[in-house]
Amino acid sequence: MMTLSQAKRGQRLLIAAIPNPTIRAQAIRFGIAEGAEVECYEKLPAGPVVIGRGKQEIAIGRRLAENIEVQPA
Amino acid sequence: MDHCHNNLTHIDIPEGAKKIVLVGNPNVGKSVFFNALTGLYVDVSNFPGTTVDISHGRYGKDVVIDTPGVYGISSFNDEETVARDVILSADLILNVVDAVHLERDLFLTLQVIDTGIPTIIAINLMDEAEEQGLKIDLDLLEDLLGVPIIATIAVKGKGVSEVKNRIFEARTGIIPSKLKNRLESMMNRIGSWGEALLVLEGDPNVAERHGVPPGELREEIYRDRRYRVNDIVNHVVTETEEGATFGTMLGRYMLRPWTGIPIFALVLYAMYYLIGVLVAQDIVGFTEETVMQGLYEPVVRDFVGRFISEQSIIGTILIGEFGILTMTVTYVLGLLLPLVVGFYLALSIMEDSGYLPRLATLVDRVMTSIGLNGRAIIPLILGFGCVTMATITTRILGTKRERTIATAVLGLAIPCSAQLGVIAGMLAGIGTKFIAIYILVILLVLGITGKILHKVLPGESSDLLIDLPPIRLPRGENVLKKTVTKSYAFLLEATPLFMLGALIISGLQLSGLLESIQVALAPLTEGLLKLPKETATAFIMGLIRRDFGAAGLNDMALTPAQTLVSLVTITLFVPCVATVIMIFKERGNKEGALIWLSSWVFAFIIGAIVAAFVI
Repeated sequence: MMTLSQAKRGQRLLIAAIPNPTIRAQAIRFGIAEGAEVECYEKLPAGPVVIGRGKQEIAIGRRLAENIEVQPA
Repeated sequence: MDHCHNNLTHIDIPEGAKKIVLVGNPNVGKSVFFNALTGLYVDVSNFPGTTVDISHGRYGKDVVIDTPGVYGISSFNDEETVARDVILSADLILNVVDAVHLERDLFLTLQVIDTGIPTIIAINLMDEAEEQGLKIDLDLLEDLLGVPIIATIAVKGKGVSEVKNRIFEARTGIIPSKLKNRLESMMNRIGSWGEALLVLEGDPNVAERHGVPPGELREEIYRDRRYRVNDIVNHVVTETEEGATFGTMLGRYMLRPWTGIPIFALVLYAMYYLIGVLVAQDIVGFTEETVMQGLYEPVVRDFVGRFISEQSIIGTILIGEFGILTMTVTYVLGLLLPLVVGFYLALSIMEDSGYLPRLATLVDRVMTSIGLNGRAIIPLILGFGCVTMATITTRILGTKRERTIATAVLGLAIPCSAQLGVIAGMLAGIGTKFIAIYILVILLVLGITGKILHKVLPGESSDLLIDLPPIRLPRGENVLKKTVTKSYAFLLEATPLFMLGALIISGLQLSGLLESIQVALAPLTEGLLKLPKETATAFIMGLIRRDFGAAGLNDMALTPAQTLVSLVTITLFVPCVATVIMIFKERGNKEGALIWLSSWVFAFIIGAIVAAFVI
């Protein structure tokens, strides 16, 4: 299984699993529920991963990104 | 039913008046509508038990209440808790929605509608949506939501008067039938649709208020709501063109280190120019020396002096060297206030332009190495203004652990603007090599302290998870309002601390303790730091006001090496009394005492190490 931290810039992804329930609830509000298709917009060296859909952009800390499971879309 | 209205006890609501509540995501232009409804007379009050300020005013005989920008109604942080309680007490909700970000904003909208409270929607920034090639079918959206929708361009005043005129057309929207049935079955126990929703969604506070266990359906309800939002957006929005706009591209450049770091450097330079040059030199020169010391202090001294001798105990406390009415007032109003306003102005511009969350993302990597996340850049930047103000701001951090780390780092290694001016002046005279050593030592101490705390403190820090709003030109009115509100809140909270601080120092001075501490410290400064023993006095003066300490050093004849050692020591040395009181207040006695004592110890140990190398 691939994690969000392994995504490359420009890659399209399906969010497969977000383990932490609080993070999951917050992520749903931003539109990245499990099953959502997102694009990796930016990836800072050893830093946060920026993903989004359309005009919506969200920055996710690296450690958190390591815990979010994704699949290439 | 009555208990759900108790949340707003601090706001005066006349009999029969309706509570109109403004709700929206951050930065969607709510304030324009708030101002249009209320006119000039607006009250800002602190929500009990939080740092969140909310504005309220009148629209006719009704009351209009603003809420902090949130992404949903729940209790993930202080702002959400406040927004939640205000929303639950509403008779009518005006929901302001960003037309460009319907996918994000409609989640809150649907949640608001699910509370059953009559709602009307202003769909704002329609011009921006058009520029970005988005077409929104408003009639269909109105049908799908079941509440009236008005298209607006608030900054140009378009649609604002229509919102005003039609506000009472607000009505209860469409609640999905599955959720509706669940809520109905809870009505006899909870009595309010909105509160029942929050209980169902597992909100611990609301459940406790009703004496019922929090529900376990948050996940399911949120998921259903998200599907509905996506479905609605798919039906009402058509994208006619794709392609990154200038704002989007600039936003990306702010994130990428190769371009982001130079942009950050540019922003810091602009801040330095605004605050370090314009405010600190020109404005403070006028407010502190001309107004406060030149006009205000003689008048107060003269007036109080008529009743009490300046040499008496009460006279010393009131109008003496460190008097509550003289030094404290001058310090707070003449020196700190302009600087604090400058910092909040810069911060509000960064926030409203969309830069701040991108900066938080850029620095996240560095921050995580000391157990913080990118958001901690906010208190750290504010620390260069006033460490007392920055300590208050640590409340925005996600966990207790992060607040402790940030407070310790602020107290130890961040020089506030009051002393920064004097320090910069003294550094200028000691040569590049020593300046580099000074900066290196301070950064090392900051990093090592953070790293050690990160290692030893139990628990885990929270991770970065933030929305990156579009890059926009900030609106002057909004920026000013934020600056004024925050500066006022700072004055209100910090002034008593500075007074208490002055009182403590006057007490020490009158009892002769101040002198004994100086005498006791002298061998330490001579032996360890290899500095003249008078420098002890400067350090003690730093307890009162950091700039007094630094200025005291400035008056002494020190070699460049001695200057370096004394500057390192005084930067690391304990923060001013007001900050210390604030640290105790925020972090409790045990932690406060630990932070305070360790800054004494660290300052002298590290000063001694530097002295051993350079002197």
